[in-house]
Amino acid sequence: MNTPDVQGVADQAQVVGRYKVIPLIQEGAGESFNTAVAESDVQESLGLPGTLVDDWHDKAIARLGQLLKERRGLRVFMDTCTKCGACTDKCHYFLGTHDPNNMPVARQDLIRSVYRRYFTWAGRWFPWLVGARKLDKNLLQQWYTYFHQCSECRRCTVFCPKGIDTSEVTMAGREVLASVGLGQQYSQEIITKVKSVGNNLGMKPRALADVLENLEEDILDETGIPVRLPLDEEGADMLVVTPSADFFAEPHVDGLIGYAKVLHQAGIHWTFSSEASEAANFGLFTGQHDHMREIALRIRHAAMGLGVNRIVIGECGHAWRVAYSFLDSLVGPMQFLSKEHPRAEHICEVTHQLLQQGIIQLDPTRNEGVIVTYHDSCNVARGSGMGNVANGQLTIPRELLKASVPGFVEMSKDTVGQTTFCCGGGGGLLTDDLMDIRIKGSLPRAQALQAVVNSDQVTHLVAICAICKTQLSSVLPHHNLVDVRVTSLHHLVGDALVLT
Amino acid sequence: MSTLIESLETDHEGYLKNRSDWTRELADELANADGIDLSDAHWEVISFLQEYYENYEIAPAIRILTKQIGKRYGQEKGNSKYLYELFPKGPAKQACRYAGLPKPTGCV
Repeated sequence: MNTPDVQGVADQAQVVGRYKVIPLIQEGAGESFNTAVAESDVQESLGLPGTLVDDWHDKAIARLGQLLKERRGLRVFMDTCTKCGACTDKCHYFLGTHDPNNMPVARQDLIRSVYRRYFTWAGRWFPWLVGARKLDKNLLQQWYTYFHQCSECRRCTVFCPKGIDTSEVTMAGREVLASVGLGQQYSQEIITKVKSVGNNLGMKPRALADVLENLEEDILDETGIPVRLPLDEEGADMLVVTPSADFFAEPHVDGLIGYAKVLHQAGIHWTFSSEASEAANFGLFTGQHDHMREIALRIRHAAMGLGVNRIVIGECGHAWRVAYSFLDSLVGPMQFLSKEHPRAEHICEVTHQLLQQGIIQLDPTRNEGVIVTYHDSCNVARGSGMGNVANGQLTIPRELLKASVPGFVEMSKDTVGQTTFCCGGGGGLLTDDLMDIRIKGSLPRAQALQAVVNSDQVTHLVAICAICKTQLSSVLPHHNLVDVRVTSLHHLVGDALVLT
Repeated sequence: MSTLIESLETDHEGYLKNRSDWTRELADELANADGIDLSDAHWEVISFLQEYYENYEIAPAIRILTKQIGKRYGQEKGNSKYLYELFPKGPAKQACRYAGLPKPTGCV
């Protein structure tokens, strides 16, 4: 396995607990954890059947056949698994639930067996020889259960000698399920809101303006400096698109304040947009490419309408993956962007560049007593790059943190960087009805964190993803980690910033 | 379980489908079912949530909630510790349910 070294890795902390021990399997241990099926009005507003259709079997097979044609990777992933077993103990949901269906290979086989039965010669004639299965109601239910116990984090893919991307298989599974009437309420409802209102939370422009006004007031009270958080300001140079959780939740909002302070200090003329008031793109989670494109299109449309020449994405993991890896093919070319900034940039790379150019100064003594460790978000670490340096997505956030706080500690090497563990709530699983799975899936991250709390008295866990921040704040108390504060990278940057 | 709750139309997490179904008695019963007796302090929060929702069609961000509660009812109430004491499952989620408002969902 090729794991790039994370620059400046401190002494490796000993991992406590047992995530390294491969658990004995417990058949069906995760079977009862199910997320609510989308309500019919939600499904129908997305042009999908409201309830399970009568001819679900034929429809599902036909849709799978279509996806196999459209997504060449999916077909390759169906054909290339050799059952070597390298992935079996790499999934946090398997390590947390012990359910063998949460081994990545078994999760893929939920579809692979059906693929073989209906789309391969050997499977059609000799199903018993090649592990081919008919799609029945029971298997369909297993699809629904276990494709919603995968956060599409792609840690297993790093260890797969064939590079099989389980997330693509999960997305295909969810896509087929939604097409026969079994979408997931949480993700599908969010997609309807982002399409109708402009963001996942459903915050209308008036609510957004109220929040931003309140935050401007708070910053002025705290610092005495009139830092602005502009909305829909035509003629701005830079559009900042951030997850709507940044306008709403704690500790996200502290990060939002950090972006504003940095951009103020740098003298950049920037704005948020009420049309594209959401960076997240749940179309990636549900595997529905048309939704993914439509959601991405808002960003292009808003940027062109406001006349900006830079697009910057806030702290959101999968938004960054979509922006960095797919934006051009989804809604490009972005010919209206400036020559100096021809692609969407991450707020971390913007801040990092300003720091390197000496335009802003960070003073770590302003964060006295803060000892930080950094949780690499899966979609950033494994699904993107950052800046114009190799592995910038791993090094840039760390360099910013080291410049902002007096103490920085790495968690165990096999839990960070490219091999980072998911927070346990990604990929459309950040819903209360999956809380049991979220707690179980966060076990490896919690154990790696516990180790550095014991060894180095870590006080803060930082992430650059709205989902990671919400998830980790909610689940860490269940792992007895009550004193570690989960926060935004730009919260600590904003507090360290020399503001004038 | 009371008849008010039994006949209620809610989503899969127990939030009212129709805001028009909400009454003070219902809020009391929903809270009682969680072992909470709604005091004046609870009602201050619930009423503010409803008022904010009327204006903005969404529940307020926690930061705004704490700030406004502090401004209106005294600084000692303007912090999330106070709100979590009143609504242990989280002021945004639990108080919204008693107030008859939809749960804010997203990456929050």
